[in-house]
Amino acid sequence: MEAATARVPAARPLESGWRRSDRLFVGLCWATGILLCLIAGSLVLYMLFRGLQYVSVDLLTTHPVSDLDQSKTGGFLDPLIGTVILAVMGTLIALPLGVGAAVWLTEYGRPAWLARSVESGIEMVAGTPSIVLAIFGLLLFSQQFLSFLSFTASGNAVFGRSFFAAGAMMSLIALPLIFGATRAALQAIPSHVREASYALGKTKAATIRRVLLPMSREGMATGTALGMGRIAGDTAIVVILLGATLRLQGVGDEPVLSTLRGTGSTLTSYVYNNSPAGEGNAPDKAYAAAFVLLMVVIALNFGIDLFTSRRARRA
Amino acid sequence: MSSAATPPPPVRRIQVDADPTVVAPSTPGTTNGGHSNVGLAAPRRRPHRATDGLERMRAEELTVYYADKPAVKGVTLPVRSGEVLSLIGPSGCGKTTLLRTLNRLTELTATASFEGRITLDGEDVLAQEVTSLRRRVSMVFQQPNPFPMSVFDNVAYALREQASRRPGRDQLRPQVEEALRRAGLWDEVADDLSHPALRLSGGQQQRLCIARALAVRPEVLLLDEPCSALDPRSTATIEELILKLRDELAVVIVTHNLQQAYRIADFVGFMYLGELVEYGPADQVFGDPRAKRTKDYISGGFG
Repeated sequence: MEAATARVPAARPLESGWRRSDRLFVGLCWATGILLCLIAGSLVLYMLFRGLQYVSVDLLTTHPVSDLDQSKTGGFLDPLIGTVILAVMGTLIALPLGVGAAVWLTEYGRPAWLARSVESGIEMVAGTPSIVLAIFGLLLFSQQFLSFLSFTASGNAVFGRSFFAAGAMMSLIALPLIFGATRAALQAIPSHVREASYALGKTKAATIRRVLLPMSREGMATGTALGMGRIAGDTAIVVILLGATLRLQGVGDEPVLSTLRGTGSTLTSYVYNNSPAGEGNAPDKAYAAAFVLLMVVIALNFGIDLFTSRRARRA
Repeated sequence: MSSAATPPPPVRRIQVDADPTVVAPSTPGTTNGGHSNVGLAAPRRRPHRATDGLERMRAEELTVYYADKPAVKGVTLPVRSGEVLSLIGPSGCGKTTLLRTLNRLTELTATASFEGRITLDGEDVLAQEVTSLRRRVSMVFQQPNPFPMSVFDNVAYALREQASRRPGRDQLRPQVEEALRRAGLWDEVADDLSHPALRLSGGQQQRLCIARALAVRPEVLLLDEPCSALDPRSTATIEELILKLRDELAVVIVTHNLQQAYRIADFVGFMYLGELVEYGPADQVFGDPRAKRTKDYISGGFG
């Protein structure tokens, strides 16, 4: 973790000629930076310590089992897969929506009333607690016409809980973050760059595709990383909309589709369940799963960083 | 300067409302101090060529509004190929607006509108498709603004997508090379065309922008203070480039830098508060301005 501290030029000690207020401010900057590092560091170290104590490769590759004896509860392969599926699904839905909305708002944004509504609509989604989204999703996906996305019980009652349902609602969590980061990136592009493209006889569409979107790639990546992290970290939607079944339970016979239409759990619901607060009561497993979750999120961020910086270097 | 030798310049807006400020025509012998009153020590790179080139563009009684406020007021101005037309004037006088209206870039500003007529080869620009107009009347901006792609792709960007089928790299290469050569950048980038354009120096970036603008083979090249963000050396390179380019196309350059206008312009238009106060051959405008405001401006009286 890098310190976000102010760099004193050339690593010289504070010069004696500085005013007291300047020295105080620089000291405060250092202090905040170091404090943030300490917080992040202690979190990771604690999880590392706790997690490494319990984590093992076996846990990652074996299915979970429901048992009162902690040593017999198996691993958390299914929740791990669940987290990955949801993160990917949610992002796949949110990325085009968020980028599209951001492009429309910054590059077109007309009529003004619609632009304002879109903006406040997305802000509202951003402010909605995920459990509200989950309840709304349950209502939505229990409708007959969406029955093909989840399990239908005898008597035609639509269960409404599936990876599809949870992924769709999860995308709403990532959407505002992707939208916000993309819009900020687009707004940071000076107008003369757009004009340079128009002045070459380019259409707006070509300008957006060839110039503006590549230039805002970094912002998009930041938003996506944040969004994925939020999806991986959400519990309410998993418990309500994914069923939080210990194992993946497919619906139907098609290989991938059955899993997506079926229920499952994620690392967050697994942690919750096995923590002293939940029913599973396997705190060791909870620590191990929490550690893995943290690693997954860090790996996601790192991967996206790597991807964008490599693309940027080619540009 | 005898008025009989050169045809009268097309417009002198100042006559309407600013009659008393017109400087009395100078008699031969007392040329208002000649070039010295400009305070410009640098020599002109090339003597003004009084060739009457082919008129490519013409603004007629052009008035450009931002909302209700006119930024350019009733300007009539010819743009001829084979010469450099320089628009000078203090900040906010409307010269950039005038330039941007020539290729309809002002349309991007929601509140902007214009009255009057702009023609390109006799045809009203409003009657033309805006994308093809802007390829014929290309523009370079104040800030060097290459796109975040390779040098090659920057130049090829303008060429691509113009055709119905995307031309391949090999097909585009000759055109890209030619544009880079015309912009005088080829020798510096030839070894590595995949070099990121944003890693070039400021002067190179601006020449890349010129190459990009030239790649579409424009008939008119608009330059909006192209050197104001550059060091003197890059400025000199670009000025030489402009002088070379004027043989092939019509060049309009907006500049704050009087010395620059003096060095490279064949014709000069002086704008003030939206009006075209004076238009004429560079030697006449700098050496023997007819309007008092022109004289004041070029001798450093205001602005």
